[in-house]
Amino acid sequence: MIFRLALASLRARALTVGMTMLAIALSVALFLGVEKVRTGAKASFADTISGTSLIVGARSGSVQLLLYSVFRIGNATNNVTWESYQDIAARPEVDWIVPISLGDSHRQFRVMGTIVGFFEHYKYRRGRSLEMAQGVVMDDLFDAVIGADVAATLGYSVDDPIVVAHGLASFTEHEDQPFRVAGILERTGTPVDRTVIVSLEAIEAIHVDWGNGAKTQGQSTPIDEIRQMDLEPGAVTAALIGVKSPLQTFALQRAINEYRQEPLLAILPGVALQELWGIVGIAETALLAVSAMVVVTALIGMMATLFSSLSERRREMAIFRAMGATPVTVLSLLVLEAMVTAAVGAVLGLGLLYLGLVVAQPVVDAAFGLWLPIEAPGLRDMLVLLAVVLAGAIVSLIPAMRAYRISLADGMMVKT
Amino acid sequence: MTQPVLQLTDLHYRWPGREGFALSVPGFSVVAGESVLLLGESGSGKSTLLSLICGTVKADRGLVQVVGQDLAALSGSGRDRFRAEQIGVIFQQFNLLPFGSVADNILLPLRFAPARRKRAGVVKDTARALCQALGLPDALFQAKAGMLSVGQQQRVAVARALIGQPPLIIADEPTSALDANSQAAFLDLLFRQSEAQKSALLMVSHDPRLGERFDRVVDLSDVAGITRGAA
Repeated sequence: MIFRLALASLRARALTVGMTMLAIALSVALFLGVEKVRTGAKASFADTISGTSLIVGARSGSVQLLLYSVFRIGNATNNVTWESYQDIAARPEVDWIVPISLGDSHRQFRVMGTIVGFFEHYKYRRGRSLEMAQGVVMDDLFDAVIGADVAATLGYSVDDPIVVAHGLASFTEHEDQPFRVAGILERTGTPVDRTVIVSLEAIEAIHVDWGNGAKTQGQSTPIDEIRQMDLEPGAVTAALIGVKSPLQTFALQRAINEYRQEPLLAILPGVALQELWGIVGIAETALLAVSAMVVVTALIGMMATLFSSLSERRREMAIFRAMGATPVTVLSLLVLEAMVTAAVGAVLGLGLLYLGLVVAQPVVDAAFGLWLPIEAPGLRDMLVLLAVVLAGAIVSLIPAMRAYRISLADGMMVKT
Repeated sequence: MTQPVLQLTDLHYRWPGREGFALSVPGFSVVAGESVLLLGESGSGKSTLLSLICGTVKADRGLVQVVGQDLAALSGSGRDRFRAEQIGVIFQQFNLLPFGSVADNILLPLRFAPARRKRAGVVKDTARALCQALGLPDALFQAKAGMLSVGQQQRVAVARALIGQPPLIIADEPTSALDANSQAAFLDLLFRQSEAQKSALLMVSHDPRLGERFDRVVDLSDVAGITRGAA
């Protein structure tokens, strides 16, 4: 009956209590939302590349190699010679190997030379393959496949011509050999979206008349002639490797790292991704801390509301006391009320979160390539809700202690 | 010789924080089933006296005995529990929790008084019967107390004080919020019901016209002395 009276008392103050619940609900939804985005971002990040056992490049740092080979951020300090590449490709542990060659750009997007095997072996988000939105994989020397962001930003469709620039943000364009858009990839939420993919030979082809980073004066080899040339590259930037058995990964990694002819580095993508996340993750923790502060603010708001309700509820407390309630009962009534308010707010917040997820999931996926899974609330979410209710109880103890003192002093008579 | 339900002996109380302001009661008693009117203006210490009897305020010296129990011998929560068991309280007005139903309000003291609850039998039926006896329409039983008229609220307060037959009913100016006609009707009901269950009634009022119905009318100033100022 006390519980029912507490509920009735809350209902009687529906407006202020409702506002408090709403504030708690919004803050809880924000907190859980940030938590969702955080884990989603982490998972999406870790899922940028999967199915690849090792990434090989010139010797540098593992994060640096990951950044330029997968995220197309920064540049390679050095290349891997074609001989070394062939040596590694010939090793018995190697199931497949895909070379990538970077260094050219198209507008603000990186151009990557690779082989058709890339489309087969590059996996993201737990083994998903690249899919063509339009067109087909390149099969001519001057065919290009572009990522979804490239197509969207530059408004390209299949069969449009594109011109590749040498180097990055360079004004010297390889005008002689315009490429044709052969296909456009589906959005993946990975750096592939922002990449122009051409064949490894094409990278060589556009550099036929170039030497030492500048165009050789007066030299312009006709396209027909280029097509006849041997376009085997001298070097590649990096290579993605799949091993036959996962057990061989470490042996192969060691073998590559100890390769005598050239200083090379082989990294486990997952480990390097985690290392990189360790750097990026600080911002994420800060975000979580801020949203936790919002929850605390909402609870303090509840405390303020409880405080201001005390004076108008002295009569109520006096009645309880006259009927034989101890001051402790009055105190626990307030704490109970606060817990109910916080609990309703928390559950409402959970509801808001799922509502928000249903609405935002496709939008966020399309805009940022961030996949927010809609799952039943986990143990962590439940602990968060429980923590909110407990924090509500603790915060309410302060006004409840005051109510205790008031009801002890007032007794059954409200002193005015 | 009937046993007193209330016995005050050599009671002395000093208001905290107010130097030299004190209330003393040399001796006062109410016997079982008796009805007593205590006449006193506001500021004559009646609120304090009632708080002393109910045990929400502790005397500095002397004895407060309710049905033979010395209140000072009980702990704070023990006094609260004892009050719930032995005393029905009716205020001037604003007696009820406005958000609770009439039934909730009537049954509230029983929540803190298991023995009284047992005496009340099937509590809902008892509460309903009391409402009927007090002339409250049955339709109001589940209504929110805040929806009732002042007169109806006071009658609900009577039902709440009477339920479970506490030996002592304390009423603090219960009629002051009512007009003259309702006052008479209200007192009729209060007397009839407290006599029916043999509860003693101690009413405090400033209005001597109410006196004729009571077994005894006592002037508060004859019972309690107030010392002011000069410490």
